[in-house]
Amino acid sequence: MQPYVMTVSPDFPPAQIAGWYIFNTWLQRQLGVPIHVSLFDDFASQRAVIQNDGIDLIYANPFDAAMLVREKGFTAIATPLHKSDEAIIAVAVDSPVQRIEDLTPGIRIAATDDPDVNLIAMIMLEPADLSAQNVQTHTVDTYVLVAKRLLQGQADVGFFLRDAFQTLSGMIQRQLRELIRSEIHVIRHVLLASPRLQEQHQQLRRLLPAMNTDLKGQGVLASMGLQGWEIQEQEDTEFMIDLMDTLVN
Amino acid sequence: MEDMTNKDVRESYTEHRLCYYDGNSRCVLVKDEETPFPEGKLIVSRTDLRGIITHCNQAFVEMSGYTEAELIGQPHYILRHPDMPKAIFKDAWETVARGEKWHGYVKNLCKDGRYYWVYATIILNVRAGNAVSCTSVRRKPSRTQVDACIAYYAQLKQAEV
Repeated sequence: MQPYVMTVSPDFPPAQIAGWYIFNTWLQRQLGVPIHVSLFDDFASQRAVIQNDGIDLIYANPFDAAMLVREKGFTAIATPLHKSDEAIIAVAVDSPVQRIEDLTPGIRIAATDDPDVNLIAMIMLEPADLSAQNVQTHTVDTYVLVAKRLLQGQADVGFFLRDAFQTLSGMIQRQLRELIRSEIHVIRHVLLASPRLQEQHQQLRRLLPAMNTDLKGQGVLASMGLQGWEIQEQEDTEFMIDLMDTLVN
Repeated sequence: MEDMTNKDVRESYTEHRLCYYDGNSRCVLVKDEETPFPEGKLIVSRTDLRGIITHCNQAFVEMSGYTEAELIGQPHYILRHPDMPKAIFKDAWETVARGEKWHGYVKNLCKDGRYYWVYATIILNVRAGNAVSCTSVRRKPSRTQVDACIAYYAQLKQAEV
């Protein structure tokens, strides 16, 4: 039997790579089907495989969830408990910028290629009359590199995933200042299953919410940096997609 | 919908009677006092296809000054500010009805008579090929754009008279 393929949105923290492999081992035992983990360094290469129907289970960022549900027929299974996708815009601690409205056209932005964070952060720049057309964005591979560009004076502001910002070392965080953070709450990563996994959908919906009720499950969750799963109804996902749609110009 | 009263709106205010598209009308009390948009938040609501509120998030509740129970089941025009030209809402409904996304700047009226400006986006929610509801998301607007709208909307309002 050809194994199913599971992947994770490339914006997950590198420290949790091992956790997703542990989760996969747990999942295979519970479902009794072979699943292979395939991780990607960037969004573009992951999307290419998705387009070729090469993914069956994906922990997707909300931006990709829209495409996976609407175009590829994926079904929402669960979302992580108490964990929404929020963005932080930060500056160097000694920056003269005190509020978003102090920023002016031409500013230099350091960002990763995380589509959710970039979307939310650009929305938070709108009150300063800033848009993709009048800023300079430099894309780097990791949030540590975003911080580095700020500290070296190569960028005026940096875009961070909240969780990534909070895992920067204390030394780096002390040299940065948070200008604004989003509080949107409803934009969340979601575990989606392909139509090919249809037979396992119900079982997944039964297994995942119960995962944090036993010691072994709790250990697996901790290795992924999650507290647990809650069921995501299809309509909840549709609502999130509608909301994302309002944010994309 | 009930008229606004001085129970909710403290002096000083001006009184206006608003007539809505569905034939209803309401007395609103308006204060010249702006409430700043909450930093980093989005105000989200959903209505049915007649514009009746079916869902609203916490930011919506906090900014409007109404409780969630007071909002659910009410027409979205409960937030209508008398400075808003009818043409803007007509354009919004017609655009959304065509299945297109609508963007625009809106001045909303709070329960206590104050107001707040938003940059609003409205889309039609389509399920299994059928339009079932509308989602409206408001974000903090650019002051430059708001200032431009204040002048433009005043012109439109004058043309309505």
